[in-house]
Amino acid sequence: MSLPPAPSSTRSTSAQPGSAPATSAGLAPLIVTHNLELFYGKTRALKGISMGIQERLVTAFIGPSGCGKSTLLRCFNRMNDLIDHVRITGQCHIGGEEIYGRDVDVIELRKRVGMVFQKSNPFPKSIYENVAYGLRLHGTRDRKTLDEVVERSLRGAALWDEVKDRLHQSALGLSGGQQQRLCIARAIAIRPEIILMDEPASALDPIATTKIEELILDLKKEFTIVIVTHNMQQATRISDQTAFFYLGELIEYDATVKIFTNPAKKQTEDYVTGRFG
Amino acid sequence: MTRRFAKTRTDVAALFFTGLTGFSTLLILALLAVILTYLAWLGGGQISWRFIFGGTDADMFDTEKAGVFPMLIGTAARVFLMTLFVIPVGVITALYLTEYANPTSLLTRVIRSAVNNLAGVPSIVFGLFGVGFFISFIGGSLDSLTASPEPRWGKPALLWASLTLAVMTLPVVIVATEEALKSIAPGLREASLALGATRLETVLRIVLPNALPGILTGGILAVSRAAGEVAPILFTGAAYYLKDTPHSLTDQFMDLAYHVYVLSTQSPNVEQTRPILFGTVVVLLCLTFLLNLVAVLIRARIRRRLRSAH
Repeated sequence: MSLPPAPSSTRSTSAQPGSAPATSAGLAPLIVTHNLELFYGKTRALKGISMGIQERLVTAFIGPSGCGKSTLLRCFNRMNDLIDHVRITGQCHIGGEEIYGRDVDVIELRKRVGMVFQKSNPFPKSIYENVAYGLRLHGTRDRKTLDEVVERSLRGAALWDEVKDRLHQSALGLSGGQQQRLCIARAIAIRPEIILMDEPASALDPIATTKIEELILDLKKEFTIVIVTHNMQQATRISDQTAFFYLGELIEYDATVKIFTNPAKKQTEDYVTGRFG
Repeated sequence: MTRRFAKTRTDVAALFFTGLTGFSTLLILALLAVILTYLAWLGGGQISWRFIFGGTDADMFDTEKAGVFPMLIGTAARVFLMTLFVIPVGVITALYLTEYANPTSLLTRVIRSAVNNLAGVPSIVFGLFGVGFFISFIGGSLDSLTASPEPRWGKPALLWASLTLAVMTLPVVIVATEEALKSIAPGLREASLALGATRLETVLRIVLPNALPGILTGGILAVSRAAGEVAPILFTGAAYYLKDTPHSLTDQFMDLAYHVYVLSTQSPNVEQTRPILFGTVVVLLCLTFLLNLVAVLIRARIRRRLRSAH
């Protein structure tokens, strides 16, 4: 596996993306971006983002609305491809492979990089069929395998006990928090390496949020998780690394403890202490 | 004690508007009731087992002997065939416009305005188009290709009438399907794509099943519009009188709507044959309602299935 040279920012002078995260020094990052820029038409939404995201950690993206954190997240599974007039320059490697290369199979990429959205979006199908959707898509037909994976995924998403007696009822009958955990089960059913989460708990009540957060800490053992959140307490509770974005720039990226207790930049401090944002 | 919240105003405008909306609704209901009562009054007496299931062998202008079964079959056949043509083409066009095409591109705008203009074309123009395009051009070409001694395709036929109606009702199906597709939450498409589905897989597994009720609405509107049309089939397939019901796509057919036209203009004695005229109208209306009812029931079933378990 050939890795790109350690990224060093040319544009953003403030961030130190190349610095190895404190908790996993020495390991090569799983996701590496180098001078990544994204344009919506003429607007530059991401400005020279260079960072490395470590395997089997929870990395949180924080920053005020419109700072580009969701946009960057969506670069990692190429969901931005679906939007017209989007242009991306720079590099983005996952596991050492450039994902914006000419011969990249986006389907394979999305199988390896799963996503959970802000608004829970279960299909209007049964609970079982929601989880089995990805498997069926990729060719699994054997009923026994499907049953096993559906159960394992629902257990993995801490939902099994609540739904095991109504697997074949509509997913739309579940509560908001259950629907979101179903979406997580659906994402992990196809065994991705990375799970991208775009404010997965922002529409949930505190109890459902706690469940999702516990789940994320559990999923970390198997998956690399990148989460966008507006909730700073949430970032401190669940993430190992935190990246602070402002107006499309990566301002500061470091261990979560460092970001929230002793940030290097004044902007970061102002944001995490609630002075702006 | 002085009251602070005592009601002192009357909102005349609000009252007037409420009254206006109620009156308009009532007016429409009353009109429908008057029309239906009028038809039932004049045509109800003619309805009998023999009238509905009887043929025209005896005398199509004799109130005692006339039957409308061949026309019933003809109308049902042309409407059914039209549905087979218009639903696939309309749905695929709508899918292209909403799922694939760039909404701001010139091509999309041209297609969209073409669809809107198509909806505004008078139905007799579709009839003439059917003669020119389907019968003369396509039918004529088929005849010369097969070197048939006498015109087999290049003459009015059930097939051409149905196709002409399909072209006429295409905008209805396209617009209804587009609305259905637009009402599907974009999150569902994203979820499917994020799981590694291709666009086509997403359309087939998520988008189309959820749009099915809306597509059926389009079908219902198209059937309702087409069933009562005479102009498009006047030159393309309907016959004044035939001994038999159509056996193949290239046969001509008798038709309820056209028969109403015949009875009201070609009858030897309009006064005397009036009961047949209104009886035919009642049968035509009942057929349309029946076809719609079937579609509505299917739609309700699909909606229930989408809402509850798979």
